[in-house]
Amino acid sequence: MEKDKKFYWKLFSSTFSLSAFTFGGGFVIIPLMRKKFVEELNWIDEQEMLDLTAIAQSSPGAIAVNASILIGYRLDGFRGALITVLGTVLPPLIILSVISLFYTAFRDSLIVGYVLRGMQAGVAAVITDVVLTMTLDILKEHRLQPVIILIAAFIAAAILNVNVILIILICGVIGALNVLLTKRSKGGVQHDAA
Amino acid sequence: MMLLKLFWSFFQIGLFSIGGGYAAMPIIQHQVVEINGWLSMIEFGDVVTISQMTPGPIAINSATFVGTRIAGLPGAIMATIGCVTPSIIIVLTLAYIYYKYRNLSVMQGVLTGLRPAVVAMIASAGLSIIVLAFWNSNPISFASTDWISVVLFAASLLILHKFKADPVWVMSGAGLIGCLAYMVL
Repeated sequence: MEKDKKFYWKLFSSTFSLSAFTFGGGFVIIPLMRKKFVEELNWIDEQEMLDLTAIAQSSPGAIAVNASILIGYRLDGFRGALITVLGTVLPPLIILSVISLFYTAFRDSLIVGYVLRGMQAGVAAVITDVVLTMTLDILKEHRLQPVIILIAAFIAAAILNVNVILIILICGVIGALNVLLTKRSKGGVQHDAA
Repeated sequence: MMLLKLFWSFFQIGLFSIGGGYAAMPIIQHQVVEINGWLSMIEFGDVVTISQMTPGPIAINSATFVGTRIAGLPGAIMATIGCVTPSIIIVLTLAYIYYKYRNLSVMQGVLTGLRPAVVAMIASAGLSIIVLAFWNSNPISFASTDWISVVLFAASLLILHKFKADPVWVMSGAGLIGCLAYMVL
């Protein structure tokens, strides 16, 4: 693939337009990126796109940002990653800058206030729906530990006001220990048998 | 100094919001409302709502909104850079490791432990948004309940869960119907 000005412009404009039309953030951008870079431009193959998606999902930060970093890096190393990250953050940066400048007028308008209050109920419903779906997925596993982590973490965050970062770190360590201890106990069983 | 503070706060938000999207919400709330007092809970609720109406990840939207209000355009840019820096470092490192050891079991273990915790974080943040929608920072009581909001919430949830409707349309609909209801009643 030739890396001329046209390539860089295409890389930037693709991520810019994808980011500008992905409302609400989250996973929505992944199928759009697949369509653009796999089907339309043929720059990345299907299997690799799946790998990149998995990495983007399991890393901290916004999925749209993570996925664009990976695509840029895959196509043109660190420079490519900088170009795609710029393309991804510019649309929200521009739009929110404008809104925050007019925020006071925006907020003090009675009509806007009513719409925002109505939408807030809608947003609360969307978040509740996401939580319900994710909780049901965890219950379907029929394993006790994730349910205990879920309830304990909820109590810690919502009622005891424990620092959320601390909760995340502790749960990550529990997950890692789980794997390490399972491995060791398997080793132990073999030892006993011998 | 303020710019550095913005950078550091949003660096932490970028670093610890695992799972993307709604998972970032409680961490942003913690940094922006509770630790630094840059926004009130009502303003934070507005940022969440505006984020849903506009394109882009909620963390970047909040970074721009808070940054602009605290230190103008340089603030917005600094907060946004802070927000994506951990992603750049970690994602690229992880990509390297991933291609080398694809089935790293400890990595999978960590992610397995994190998943229910992330759901709990989202639930906790969702709860504070529900309280805000129903009682609008009034003390919680039967008399102060915003019944329009409760009805909108229940109807939206039903439509979302039963018909798998597009969240953007549900939120816009709730905004429009809510606006009419508040004007008439």
